[in-house]
Amino acid sequence: MPDGNYKQIAVLSGKGGTGKTTIASALTEIAENKIVIDTDVDAANMFLVLPHYINAEYEYFGGRKAEIIFSRCSQCNLCESVCRFNAIKDYKVNRQNCEGCGFCVRVCPDDAILFYASKSGVYSECELEDHSKFYYAQLVAGEGNSGKLVTEIKKKAYEQAEKNVKWIIIDGPPGIGCPVNASLVKVDLVVIVTEPTQSGLHDLIRLLNLLKLFKIQGMVIINKFDINIHMSKNIENYIQSEGIKLLAKIPFDINFVKAIQNSKTIVEYDHAYKDIFNDIWDKIQKALLN
Amino acid sequence: MTISVASGKGGTGKTTVAASLAFVIPGSVYIDCDVEEPNGHLLLKPHIIKVETSYKLIPKINYEVCDFCNKCVEVCEFNALLNLKSEIYLFDQLCHSCGACTYFCPLKAITEANKEDGKIRTGKIKNNGLFFDGYLKIGEASAAPLINKVRNQYKGSRLVIIDSPPGTSCSMVEAVKDTQYCILVTESTPFGLNDLKLAINVLRQINIPFGIVINKYDESFYQLDEYIRNKNLNLLLKIPYRMDIAEIYSKGGLPAETIKEYEKMMKELLKKLMKETAGVIEYA
Repeated sequence: MPDGNYKQIAVLSGKGGTGKTTIASALTEIAENKIVIDTDVDAANMFLVLPHYINAEYEYFGGRKAEIIFSRCSQCNLCESVCRFNAIKDYKVNRQNCEGCGFCVRVCPDDAILFYASKSGVYSECELEDHSKFYYAQLVAGEGNSGKLVTEIKKKAYEQAEKNVKWIIIDGPPGIGCPVNASLVKVDLVVIVTEPTQSGLHDLIRLLNLLKLFKIQGMVIINKFDINIHMSKNIENYIQSEGIKLLAKIPFDINFVKAIQNSKTIVEYDHAYKDIFNDIWDKIQKALLN
Repeated sequence: MTISVASGKGGTGKTTVAASLAFVIPGSVYIDCDVEEPNGHLLLKPHIIKVETSYKLIPKINYEVCDFCNKCVEVCEFNALLNLKSEIYLFDQLCHSCGACTYFCPLKAITEANKEDGKIRTGKIKNNGLFFDGYLKIGEASAAPLINKVRNQYKGSRLVIIDSPPGTSCSMVEAVKDTQYCILVTESTPFGLNDLKLAINVLRQINIPFGIVINKYDESFYQLDEYIRNKNLNLLLKIPYRMDIAEIYSKGGLPAETIKEYEKMMKELLKKLMKETAGVIEYA
């Protein structure tokens, strides 16, 4: 439970590749007294642009998996008949398909099925150059339970939060499903990064509906707005009609790509962006502190 | 024959490549498995002929029978049930529809009820192709069951192209598993490279052969080329960054439909795929 005196900001987009990590990492350069969390646990990227030391690594056991002990199995096949995830065939468990529900374990008359804790990821507690804490994770390839991992990292971050922490900045995953829902818990404001494309608008609308459901305030950044000025205008009109504020419009600039290629945030790579992100950060603070 | 298109990183161009391929292969089947944010329909503009509601099963307690013995709570591995002594409260977000609570209830007080988790749409594309996509209900957390259903909509023998969600978690696995070949779309940035490696890891574990398409290719990021070369990976195609491609996409257009060179690139990609899959893909 977050009980500190901080506000939580999540950067989300619905559609992938609109610039979440670029924006979130620029904001972390500006914000002080913060904790930074990358909750895109199955494709984390923020660590590539934020210089950091790893202070601790934690293993994450997201769920359990079934395994049939052949010598005890009387081949009654009850396990296969109750499994709804097609995870059992020929008295063997397909680990990839196993949902970890334990139905087979409980139903087996021979007590022949083990239910073991399975490592589904690792996450790292790091220190940024300004000594702020930074967390990111690595889900084991193809695992489920990504939302639970997000919840676990956030919990760790809350526990470790020192008294002076004022902001938690979350770089979220794409989509609107499980890890996004987990990222949104206890969040005060969502910075939505969209792009002026049909897909960008379509996915923005779905994300805004999710925020409405969770009753969380959102503010929009239109990234690469000049790729299609007409579509940018459509997005502006749409969010205005929904009562959502526009935080900024950022032009397409090859320096964003160059910054990533040089493992730097845009603010560090091109100082011209310092003012722009200072201004964005001011607006965020105002929206939250008033 | 089923080919999947995946990426790890979002926004690399999966949907553009998948939809463009479907477009240059008359009569093929395009299935959008990115049920959280399906975008394929924006590019392919299918004529939708059917919309079905998809349901997941959740337990329903018969309180005339239930004596709050707690067995259902004990067998639920996902902590989806809470015994309030006057009510068994269900956190339906957490329910994985495994059916254990129903089965183990000693008084047979639990039945299963349907709860909507999304919509499945069927459509036709103008090149005689078929179209399917799924829309996860807003607020629903688990996408994998719907992805599985959307995938299984088509059971015929046409060439199927599956557009996978981003990432490397269970949703991506649900979309790409049991496909005969996977096209990984990446981009010339450290983010693209990092997530490409993660996606390759998944495909190796589930034994799916794959090739790589570099979208928005930028030769100055030589690390990606180097990685592909050093690991002896199969590079299928490089698509250069072009403002006209980005602009057409932004309007919801299909680059393969309007840019001759893009269409040519897709046909080249198809030829390579035919070779990779030993000619199983039939193409007029």
